[in-house]
Amino acid sequence: MTEFLQHLVNGLSVGTIYALIALGYTMVYGVLKLINFAHGDVYMVGAFAGLYVARGIGVDAEPSIFKAGIVFVGSILICAALGVLIERFAYRPLRQRARLTALITAIGVSFLLEYGFQLPPIINGEVPFPPGPTPRFFPEPFARVDFEPLGVHISNYDLVSLIVAVGFMFALQYIVYRTKFGTAMRAVSFDAGVAGLMGVNVNRVIVWTFALGSGLAAAAAILVAGSRPSINPLLGLLPGIKAFVAAVFGGIGNVQGAMVGGLVLGLAEEYVAGYLLSSYRDGIAFALLIIILLLRPEGLFGRVRAEKV
Amino acid sequence: MRYARALSMAMLAIGAVACKDKEPEKAPAPTAAETKTSAAPSAVGDTITIGHVGSMTGNEATFGQSTDNGIKLAVDEINKKNGIKGKKVVLKTYDDQGKPEEAAVASTRLVTQDKVLVYLGEVASSRSIAMGPIADSNKIPMISNASTNPKVTKDGDKTRPFVFRVCFIDPFQGTVMAKFAAENKKFKKVAILRDVGNDYSVGLATFFTNKFKELGGEIVDDVSYKAGDQDFKAQLTKLKSKNAEAFFVPGYYTEVALIARQARELGIKAPFLGGDGWDSAKLYEIAKGALDGAYFSTHYSAEDTSPIVQEFITKYKGAYNSVPDAYGVLGYDAANVAFAAIDKAKELTGQAVRDAIEETKGYKGVSGTITLDKDHNAVKSAVVIGVEKNVGKFAATISP
Repeated sequence: MTEFLQHLVNGLSVGTIYALIALGYTMVYGVLKLINFAHGDVYMVGAFAGLYVARGIGVDAEPSIFKAGIVFVGSILICAALGVLIERFAYRPLRQRARLTALITAIGVSFLLEYGFQLPPIINGEVPFPPGPTPRFFPEPFARVDFEPLGVHISNYDLVSLIVAVGFMFALQYIVYRTKFGTAMRAVSFDAGVAGLMGVNVNRVIVWTFALGSGLAAAAAILVAGSRPSINPLLGLLPGIKAFVAAVFGGIGNVQGAMVGGLVLGLAEEYVAGYLLSSYRDGIAFALLIIILLLRPEGLFGRVRAEKV
Repeated sequence: MRYARALSMAMLAIGAVACKDKEPEKAPAPTAAETKTSAAPSAVGDTITIGHVGSMTGNEATFGQSTDNGIKLAVDEINKKNGIKGKKVVLKTYDDQGKPEEAAVASTRLVTQDKVLVYLGEVASSRSIAMGPIADSNKIPMISNASTNPKVTKDGDKTRPFVFRVCFIDPFQGTVMAKFAAENKKFKKVAILRDVGNDYSVGLATFFTNKFKELGGEIVDDVSYKAGDQDFKAQLTKLKSKNAEAFFVPGYYTEVALIARQARELGIKAPFLGGDGWDSAKLYEIAKGALDGAYFSTHYSAEDTSPIVQEFITKYKGAYNSVPDAYGVLGYDAANVAFAAIDKAKELTGQAVRDAIEETKGYKGVSGTITLDKDHNAVKSAVVIGVEKNVGKFAATISP
C-alpha cells in the first residue's frame, strides 16, 4: 500500500509538470491551430534562464524563499519574451501560408534552440552562454524538508510544485473563461477573421497567448530543476513530446483536458515503471494513450466540431 | 551530353575508390607495400601526429577532459626528451560530445584528414565500439584508454587487429564487485539498476549477476533507466519494497549521483555499489553526500603510496592544480604505451606500430603493469574505493 501511495505521489509530481507544459501547447493550438513544436525547448530555455538568474543573485551561497521567487519570476519573464520573439519572427510572417509551413518552422525553431545552446560559448562566465552540451546543476533554491506520512516520502518541493502548478491552472482557467482577454482569445480561436472585424486586435491576442504559454513552460522548468537538478540543452525533447501527447489525449485546445492529460500520463508512466517493465516506461505509457485515442479520437475533453461544407 | 560524360567519370571514380576500400579485406595479411600506401603519410616530416577522441563536453565531460590532461602531460614529457626518433609529437584532440556517432566521425577525421599514426580513446565503451572498425579498415592502431566492455577489441569472435586497450575488462570488474559484495561485505540480497542504452552498464550488470549468484547471493530485482533521465523515483520506489541490502548501479557519474540523491529522498538507506564509470570529482559534487557508504571499482587510487603513482600525482597537480582521477592516469598510460611502441616500431607505419603495440609486455604504467593478452586487453588489478563523508577512500586492491 505504501508503495502504491509513493508511486501516486511520484506520478502526480511528474504529471503536474507535463500538465503545465501541455497547457502551453493547448493554448497556442486553441488560438492558432498551430502545434508549436518549439514549446519543449522553450521549457529548456526556462531552466537555463533560471540557472543564470540564480547564479546572478547568488542562490548557491544562501538559498531563501525570496531568492527562489526571483528566480521563478525572472525565468518566466525571460521565456515569455522568448515566446513573443518566436511568434514575431518565426510564425507571424508565415501565418497566411499553409499550415504545414508553420509546422516545419516550429520544428526549425526547436532545433535552433537545441543546437544553438550546444554551440561553443560566446560569453564566458561561471556558466557560459551558450552553455554547451555539458549538463549543469541547478542550485537548490530553498532548503529541502522531507515529510513521511504513512511511510510515504513527500518533500516540500513536491508540495510547492503541486500547489504552484494547480494555482497556475486555475488562474489560466479564470483568464480564459472570465476575463475580457479570455473572451477575445476564444473569439480568435473560433474565427480569427471575424474576430478581427469585430474589433479584436488579433495580433495582440496571439502575442499574449505565446507569452502566457511560454511563461508556463518556464514555470514548469523551474519546478522540475529545483528537485531534479541536472539540466542540458536537450532537456526539452522528451517532456515536450510527452506534454504534446498529454494535450492531444485531453483534447487539444482544451484547458482542463491538458491538465487531466498531463496527470494521467505522469501516473501511467509511474505505474508502468513501478509495476511492469521499467525499460518500457515511455513506450507502454504512449501505447496506452494511442489505445485511448483510438477509442476516442477527439481526446478526453475534446468536442467533435461539425465541419460546415 | 556533357553531363552524361561527367556522370560516367564520377561513376568510374566512385568505383575505383570502392575497389580500393575493399582491397584490404580480401587480403588479411597485407604486404609491406600495401600498408605503406594506406598509412605512409602519417609520419611525414619531422613531427608525429597522434589523435585523441574524447567527451570534452556532454554528459560525461570529465572523462574526456581528464583523459586529455593525462595525454597532454605524456606528450609534453616526450617532447622535452626530444620526441620519438627525433620527431616531435603533435596531439590532435576532437570532442565527441559523448555521442557514439560523433566519435566515429572524429576518428575518421583523425585518420583521413590529420593522418595520425595512432589514436587514443575513448573512456566509454559504446564510443570505442563505434571507433574500432575505423581503426581496422584504415590500418591505423587505436588504443582505448578506459573502455572496459569486451566487445571493444572484438569483432564477433575475432580480435580486432588494430584495437588495443590499457585497462582491464568488465567480466573482471563485475566479478570483482560481486566478490567484494558477497565476501567482504557479506551481502546476500542485491538489487540492480542498469542503464539499458549503455554497453558498459549492461555488461557490468550481467557479469556481476552471474558471479554474485555463483557465490550464493540473490538478485532481488533488476530494473533499468536511460542516460539523460531526470526522474528515477518509479524504479527506486519499486526497489525499496524488495529490501535489498545493497544496490548495484553500474552507470556514469551524473546519473548515479542523481539516483543516489533521489534514493535518499525516498528513505532508501541501503549502500550503493558501482564500477569505474563513477570515477569523477563531479560525482561527489552532484551527490552532496548521498553516496556515503558506497563502493566502486576503478583503475587506481590517489592514496596508492607507490613512488610511480605519487610522482605522477605531483606532476599532474603541478600542471592542472587538481588530483588526477583514473582517466587522467589511463590517458597518460595509453599515450606512453603508444610512444614506446612507436619508438620500437621498425618504421613509422600503422602496421609496424600495431605490431609493436601487440608486443607490449610488462610496461610499468601508473595504473599498474601492462601486458597485453591475445585479445589485446591489459590484465591488471582493480582498486575498490569507498565513499565516506562525500570523499572517496581507498578500500581494497583485488588482483585478477
